[in-house]
Amino acid sequence: MELDSLYQEVILDHYKKPHHKGLPAGEIQVHHVNPNCGDEITLSLEIKDGVFVDLTWDGVGCSISQASASIMGDLVSGKTVAQAAEVLREFTELMQSKGNILGNEEVLEDAIALAGVSKFPARVKCALLGWMAFKDAAIQNGAEI
Amino acid sequence: MSSILDVATIKRDFPIFNEEMRGGKRLVFLDSAATSQKPIQVLDAERNFYTTSNAAVHRGSYYLAERASEVFENSRQKVADFLGVAPEEIVFTKSATESLNLLAVSFERGTGSLAIGPGDEIVVSELEHHANLLPWQQLAKRTGATLKWFEMEQDGSLDLSAMDRVITSKCKIVAITHQSNVLGSVPDLAPIIAATHAVGALFVLDACQSVPHQPIDVRALGADFMVFSGHKALGPTGVGVLWGRAEILNAMEPFLYGGSMIETVTMTGATWAPAPKKFEAGVPNMAQVVGLGAALDYLSNVGMANIHLWELELTQYALDGLKAIEGVRVVGPQGIIDRGGVISFTIAGLHPHDVGQVMDQYGVAVRTGHHCAWPLIRKLGLTGTTRASFYLYNDFSDVDIFLESVVGARDYFGKR
Ligand SMILES: Cc1ncc(COP(=O)(O)O)c(C=O)c1O
Repeated sequence: MELDSLYQEVILDHYKKPHHKGLPAGEIQVHHVNPNCGDEITLSLEIKDGVFVDLTWDGVGCSISQASASIMGDLVSGKTVAQAAEVLREFTELMQSKGNILGNEEVLEDAIALAGVSKFPARVKCALLGWMAFKDAAIQNGAEI
Repeated sequence: MSSILDVATIKRDFPIFNEEMRGGKRLVFLDSAATSQKPIQVLDAERNFYTTSNAAVHRGSYYLAERASEVFENSRQKVADFLGVAPEEIVFTKSATESLNLLAVSFERGTGSLAIGPGDEIVVSELEHHANLLPWQQLAKRTGATLKWFEMEQDGSLDLSAMDRVITSKCKIVAITHQSNVLGSVPDLAPIIAATHAVGALFVLDACQSVPHQPIDVRALGADFMVFSGHKALGPTGVGVLWGRAEILNAMEPFLYGGSMIETVTMTGATWAPAPKKFEAGVPNMAQVVGLGAALDYLSNVGMANIHLWELELTQYALDGLKAIEGVRVVGPQGIIDRGGVISFTIAGLHPHDVGQVMDQYGVAVRTGHHCAWPLIRKLGLTGTTRASFYLYNDFSDVDIFLESVVGARDYFGKR
């Protein structure tokens, strides 16, 4: 079923047991919403010695938005600003590919499981929600990303 | 089962049902509360306008312009007849959203008893679509008036126990929906309209979800204004209706300024044409207005009472089916009393977006999310629902596939 290309096992695993989820009180740095469906995410992070640390997020949303945020947290934590910028760029490109590219597994790791999302235009925003919150928070912390 | 409507014949009038959905599935369209599909008669009427009658209405003195004006005004008469009102009371807009904004802007510019200012109160309800909340919320902000509202109960009805506190002598306008676009619930409007008039305020009815689906007598209801969108009533996009009592429309200020809405113009001033022209600046969406006339003809031929009864039968059948599915919860009214053909539901542990995605694999088109009524969804303590809505082209087999797809959605995630 075409659906299985969207809801890959990896995605459902992250959805059921999201990583980096749960914000310490008062830690909110950015709050993003998808006005189409009402999904929301709050996120906070720090940059220490040029490396992203202590990224946590919380939110409500569909399996795609939650899994994508979870995977994003894994991918950018412990990375330098330049490395994270590369991941963000590759992921954004994958989401805009309309199913035409598979994604660079070396850079994107688990996130290539989200490649199928790019064939469902209505869901691309779901997948990008957490990433856009990350980008915003990174910029607010002075990163050039 | 003997049928109120001959849906097989009706379906053949709607070319969209020949289209294949993902995986070659047939279309089970259950999103008519967002927009309806269009019968060939409406498409032909639009095309026919362009091929036989196209000219700017109410301007040229030549034959074709007369013909265009005649079919355009014929459509106005059809809308008036459909609602049981006078054609001078029908204003064509581009949508219900524009109709409501027209009212709000006109009141902002109003004088005398139609003026809105500090100390005045405007009343809405928690059921409202953003289109019947934001124009009033922002009007209140701009004028210093106070926005008040009726609260919603969990069953989708309105809490009328606070009537005297919500509608007071300071109230100028009460704007409430005829039927919730999210839950299908029909609020008890009669006491609200009575209270509105008792304090000398005006009542605006958002009839987007009722006019396309049931017989309506706006005068008997006692409303002062009523709005709906053509595209939800088998008509084209780009045409909406505002009905208002003639004496009020004539006392109101215009919304848009431009051609066709004037009586006289000098370099420093102007006077306005009588309603409805005063509110129809510029060359209107002529073909769409004509298309709406054809849509209302189509609905009248099928019969609004029949359509209403048919939708309630489908709704009852769907409600019974949904309630028998473990893990599914119907949100809002549980039966068909005081409701229309709209059902919102949730599946335990699943996000509506994921539910809708799986249902799509069955060819089932439903709406997911907050349905442009975010305060209502928050009040229910939810982040969204999945919504199915019925119309005259749906039948029991559509509901069967719908129910199958709901089970499919639950199991798709549940089993993995
Ligand atoms: C109750 C209600 N009011 C207003 C509107 C706005 O209609 P439109 O978007 O056609 O202007 C809708 C449409 O979804 C509605 O359901």
